[in-house]
Amino acid sequence: MFDVDPFTLSRIQFALNISFHILFPTITIGLCWILLLFRTIYTYTENKDWEYAYFFWIKIFALTFALGVVSGITMSFQFGTNWPGYMEKVGDIAGPLLGYEVLTAFFLEASFLGIMLFGKNRVSNRIHLVSCWMVAIGTTLSAFWILSLNSWMQTPTGYALEDGVFVVKDWWSIIFNPSFPYRFSHMLIASILTSAFLIMGVSAWRMIKKVDGPETRNVMYTGIIIAAIFTPIQIFVGDLHGLNTLEHQPAKVAAIEAIWDTEEGAPLTLFGFPDETEKKTHFAIKIPKLASLILTHELNGELKGINDFKDETPPVSPVFWAFRIMVGVGTLMLIVSWWGVFTIWRKKSIGKPLLTIMSVMTFSGWVAVLSGWYVTEIGRQPYIVYGALTTADVVADHPAGMLLSTLIAYALIYIFLLISYIMTIRYMATKLARSQTMIHGYHNKSTQLTGEKA
Amino acid sequence: MEYWLPVFFYGAMGLAMLIYVVLDGYDLGVGLLLPAGTDEEKDTMIASIGPFWDANETWIVLGVGILLIAFPKAHGMILTSLYLPVTIMLLGLILRGVSFDFRVKAQDSHKAMWNKLFFVGSLVATTSQGWMLGSFVTGLQNSTTNLLFSVLIAITLPTLYIMLGTAWLMIKTENELLLKSIKWAKRAILPMGVGLLLISIATPMVSHDIAAKWFTLPNIIALLPIPFACAIFYITIIWLLSREDILKTNYNWIVFAMLIAICLLAAVGLAYSIFPDVVIGKITIWQAASSIGSLKFILVGTLIALPAIVVYTIFIYRIFRGKATTLSYE
Repeated sequence: MFDVDPFTLSRIQFALNISFHILFPTITIGLCWILLLFRTIYTYTENKDWEYAYFFWIKIFALTFALGVVSGITMSFQFGTNWPGYMEKVGDIAGPLLGYEVLTAFFLEASFLGIMLFGKNRVSNRIHLVSCWMVAIGTTLSAFWILSLNSWMQTPTGYALEDGVFVVKDWWSIIFNPSFPYRFSHMLIASILTSAFLIMGVSAWRMIKKVDGPETRNVMYTGIIIAAIFTPIQIFVGDLHGLNTLEHQPAKVAAIEAIWDTEEGAPLTLFGFPDETEKKTHFAIKIPKLASLILTHELNGELKGINDFKDETPPVSPVFWAFRIMVGVGTLMLIVSWWGVFTIWRKKSIGKPLLTIMSVMTFSGWVAVLSGWYVTEIGRQPYIVYGALTTADVVADHPAGMLLSTLIAYALIYIFLLISYIMTIRYMATKLARSQTMIHGYHNKSTQLTGEKA
Repeated sequence: MEYWLPVFFYGAMGLAMLIYVVLDGYDLGVGLLLPAGTDEEKDTMIASIGPFWDANETWIVLGVGILLIAFPKAHGMILTSLYLPVTIMLLGLILRGVSFDFRVKAQDSHKAMWNKLFFVGSLVATTSQGWMLGSFVTGLQNSTTNLLFSVLIAITLPTLYIMLGTAWLMIKTENELLLKSIKWAKRAILPMGVGLLLISIATPMVSHDIAAKWFTLPNIIALLPIPFACAIFYITIIWLLSREDILKTNYNWIVFAMLIAICLLAAVGLAYSIFPDVVIGKITIWQAASSIGSLKFILVGTLIALPAIVVYTIFIYRIFRGKATTLSYE
């Protein structure tokens, strides 16, 4: 019935698991620093509204964190269950990096999370604040190690090959490999933006539903300002990241821009339909010389085309499209956040149209992050360690039927969890704001949830 | 160094797994007990594990992490063989972990569903861990006898986790729920004892390697204290369970301590049975070890981070010490 080979199934399964997983750390890494901000402002101003903001978002943080943890455990097993060859050949390098992530990050964040969530009445404000710092540092450290490993797989340095096994030559150049600084900053800012649009979108929803209070406005303004500052920075960092990719993984850039033949003064293809069999892009809308200008900073700079790579090249269409989706969402983010800042600056309240757009964009960060990762991960194929080890070489030899059934099981559970997650946030967002329940005397009725008091 | 580094990481891996079994064991056990509590008790039971479960679960990541870091060749071999139970366990852990949060945050009408999923997730994760342990002890060979052996462990492990869960609840709860915990423990202690006994008898029968290590002189004399001590701890627990007056005092942690001791002894016995192999009869720790350079690099981190982890874990258990009340974010 299904004529799919185990290799493709393993790849789809890994892609599914890691795509689902990344949704949640992307939020927690950024949201954690934002929560720390709320907590710090409250500590210095003693304005209750900031504490209410913290209480509201800490619950969403807890939920998101739980999803990140459980989907992350899956990842640590998947390396072995589906890609045993990877650990056998790259174990000397990947092992310690993953090990340091567990030792320095996982325990730190998971342990202090308990205090951050439930410690309010058990510890002093200072210890509580310190715990928030620990969790924020932990999540960021976690990103540091895993992105270092991922970047090393993209731009491997500091190793030697002995009998097909990767041996360590220099840890420093492995950890701080050429693409790492760019990927790390790009991802951290992506997390901040994803969280900024999440808090903005949920706040907008609360305002539309008229369940907001002063704390909702505080949160929304924080989101807008953070987004307005970081979106331009992200565009700049993204450009640097692209230049770095051109230097180390030119085939990926050729796929992103759908440049088939090597040319000087290459045009930028805005839209079109790349065709792998005919090796051309149909219905392409092009701007002359712009690709060369952006990537080489020269009008007539030479860009190498897909047809001229001796090695194998990645599939063009997914990389081409994913990149355009990412850039499209980024552009939208820029417009919306600056529109918001402009409104605040003119001392006007944010109108219904912008509120609606913001609430629609609640999870826009996810779209950008996922498509960005698809660009970089699909763009690396057919290699797992760029230029040195192919993905097909390391796959486990499982029967297709077993892979397919577990893949379906994962997919079903992930769909279920994703729907539950979004519905739960929606449900929480539609409850009356805490400051308002106090005024209306609903306090006990609406917040006395059993188990955890909400 | 060439000899001792793999041995060190072997010990560290065993320790991480042991800590995992004890810590996540009690919160999986509480998950297994959840349907037996009333709605109000369910909240208290969940509250008793609330601040801890996340970090508890991290120990299995460390255990698998050390397998991956220190013995990459065995990591692939073990996890590809255990593909199915691992996947099922992961699905169970996913359900368990998220239900914990969803049950209080989703609409009230969905709470019952999340409670059920919390139980189902705990059960699925526990039994598949038993299955994995069974396959591992029999050297990852799939024969009918080995399968039966795995089934035996898969049935026994939930009873052990339930015992850990009840012992934890005795420490963390009071009044009605404390009495219920004692009642649950009384029901679970016998199946656990029978299960562990059967496993002990069956292990040398399914594995000649292990039988050879235990039943030779003078080894057997040196090893005798292990089963002997286990029996003493087990009988002590049974005696304690009949003394509600002791269990109502602050000394009821002794039950938990006795269970830890049994787990520790079982781990020592298992480690002795396996050593120096990582996969019994297939690959030794030195064959599976990664390069000495990599092991040294991670050794530095381990020696610094592990004590720190232990210190702040204790710090957090101290902060949340005492009887569990409702959890509050505010």
